Amino acid sequence: MSQAGTLSWLAGHELRLSFRDWVSLMTAGRRRRAYKVVIALGVFVTAMHVFAYWLVAGYADINLTADVPTLIALTGTIGVAMSLLLSQAMESVTRAFYTRADLELILTSPVSTRKVFAVRMLSIAASTMLLAMLLAAPFIDVLVLRGGVRWLSAYGVVASIGALATAISLALTVALFRVCGAKRTRLIAQIVAAVVGAAFVIALQLVAIFSSGSLSRFSALQSHWVLTHAPALDAFFWWPARAVLGDPVALAAVMALSAAVLAAAIVTFSRRFGDHALAAAGVSSTIVRQRRASAHFRHRSPRQALRVKEWTLLRRDPWLISQTLMQILYLLPPALLLWITFRAGNEAYVVLIPVIVMAAGQLAGGLAWLTISAEDAPDFVASAPIAPSSVLLAKVEAVIGMIALVFAPMVGVLVFDSLRAGVILALGILLSAAGATLIQLAFRVQAKRSHFRRRQTSSRIATFAEAFSSISWAATAAMAADGTWFALVPGVAALCILGGVRVISPPRD
Amino acid sequence: MQQLTRPVALALRGLRKTFDRPAVDGLDLTVYGGEFYALVGPNGAGKTTTLRMVTGLLRPDAGTIAIEGIDALADPIAAKQVTAWVADEAMIYDKLTPLEYLEFVAGLWRMDAGEAERRAHDLLGWLGLAPHAHERCEGFSKGMRQKVALAGALVHDPKLIILDEPLTGLDAASARQVKTVLHERVRAGGTVIMTTHILDVAERMADRIGIIVGGRLIAEGTLDELHRQSGQSGTLEDTFLTLVAGQAEAA
Repeated sequence: MSQAGTLSWLAGHELRLSFRDWVSLMTAGRRRRAYKVVIALGVFVTAMHVFAYWLVAGYADINLTADVPTLIALTGTIGVAMSLLLSQAMESVTRAFYTRADLELILTSPVSTRKVFAVRMLSIAASTMLLAMLLAAPFIDVLVLRGGVRWLSAYGVVASIGALATAISLALTVALFRVCGAKRTRLIAQIVAAVVGAAFVIALQLVAIFSSGSLSRFSALQSHWVLTHAPALDAFFWWPARAVLGDPVALAAVMALSAAVLAAAIVTFSRRFGDHALAAAGVSSTIVRQRRASAHFRHRSPRQALRVKEWTLLRRDPWLISQTLMQILYLLPPALLLWITFRAGNEAYVVLIPVIVMAAGQLAGGLAWLTISAEDAPDFVASAPIAPSSVLLAKVEAVIGMIALVFAPMVGVLVFDSLRAGVILALGILLSAAGATLIQLAFRVQAKRSHFRRRQTSSRIATFAEAFSSISWAATAAMAADGTWFALVPGVAALCILGGVRVISPPRD
Repeated sequence: MQQLTRPVALALRGLRKTFDRPAVDGLDLTVYGGEFYALVGPNGAGKTTTLRMVTGLLRPDAGTIAIEGIDALADPIAAKQVTAWVADEAMIYDKLTPLEYLEFVAGLWRMDAGEAERRAHDLLGWLGLAPHAHERCEGFSKGMRQKVALAGALVHDPKLIILDEPLTGLDAASARQVKTVLHERVRAGGTVIMTTHILDVAERMADRIGIIVGGRLIAEGTLDELHRQSGQSGTLEDTFLTLVAGQAEAA
């Protein structure tokens, strides 16, 4: 056992906390679930390997003499991974700044705060790298199996991307603290994280839309413009891709560079981390004055009061808005495709409609969880003279209202081009959102709004049911847009999912 | 004997609730209109469970609950219309201002908007919250949050106010304001039922005190009546400890 107060002792403490946090996340706080989680993880890992085999097994024989198109594809994949990890790391760094938990204990203890925060940053880097390696593992394993041990070097590149992403996110977050102040940084950092996470994928889709009129990312990477402007084969730019392919020199360079950047970031920022964390802790006690839209009380029925309350709470919580922003962001490329389609007059509805319908389901699921399960004053609302069914109805209305606000412009644009497609899209959105909301109703449990990101772990059945319901309604809408009666098949499947949810959902008192 | 002529605000008969063990065990309790009633007891005695059943937050396994003559189990909406509940943790919304919170409460209780607004301003003034009426509650101290919750309980002019440990964690000034508002309420004819661990408060504020142990009412009455029942003549604390110890020995 290491001596108290040393780096290794602090690292052990952080590791223990992280592990318990992870176990709690996986088991939703119920220890009895542990064996189920192990089984589920086993099934998931196997399924991921099968999926990875189908996806990448054919590329295992690519060697170091790869041509420019191959290197572009590999570098593009690394870019996507980098943007996702950067987003994840920014979330972690922001959370570390704004989580008060043991901050006062640390700052009042005789242990060097710089040492403590250096370990905390290292722990963020380690968890980011671990996450990256776990997600990449099925693909790398398949490549190793089919193409030899040289593919193991991909693990080194993935770890390097994680380290680099952490270093950049530390620098970005600290810069935001200095430029925007503690009060605004949380919101801005989380929006930046959401944008960064989606930006690379969306940017590729936008290029693809403009160049080939499709949503395929790889069509953008293999476009004539990219091929003619790509660096020469021996350029340093390709070293990460070459490291993935097993070039030992490139791998050593990439790993050394990322480790050096991470170390420099930790040394530079650990000194001021405590100051920023203290400033962040003081934000909650700042006074926010609210200007009233009306000088007088308005007469509202209980359901109106509940709906207005839900909309106000959501509108005033930038963190929750940023959490749902990611889902909206992914709508940008289809929205752009819609605009191009509208101008060009061709019929790409079959591609477009399911994307929007599925996004509506996912967004409605999140909003329904917030309004139904994450009520801040459940006992107070329950003690009011209003029937529980009316409370739930008001909350469902609040969700549908928000969905209508987000998706109405898209439906409106489509209706101008094709009334039939617009009606199908509107119905698809309504059914998908209603399905996700009903699933959240069936599996509602009391929770805190701050646990929004963990909502999926409280009921995995609800999460899967929500996803399959949205997919089924999306398929229904796509087939209906294509004018085939087969649309009834996924529609019936979606109804069966809802029926199944009703049967297996926990009984209510 | 004056109580016989007063209307009954709350009547519990044979109230029973069991979780892993009986939490409330055949409780009979009567609280009269215009009365300040304190329910005291050791931890886990069943105080909060009893009050949660009265406010409709828990369904009893057996027994009846009548609030202002309304059968609360048969017609919970009507019973809730005349009742207010204040928990030990203030049930408010961080992102709303006190005024917005009170407007929300007014909507839930179907109040006239003008009347609700007038009462909201009066209450915020009495509780010293007027300068903070347009500030979001997220920056409020525990005392301020508890006062906002109390304003929410009073804004719809309930006949029966039920408070669970309302003074826990409040500073002296906030506690004084809360106590004053509750006393005013009783003086105006309202009924207040409060649980508390602060026996001094119960001793000074309550008209009658009920001592609950193991989900049963073991003693009830004014301070003098409790003294007689316990054979003690000191403070409520002495009386309480004697009665609870006697109950433990009997068990």
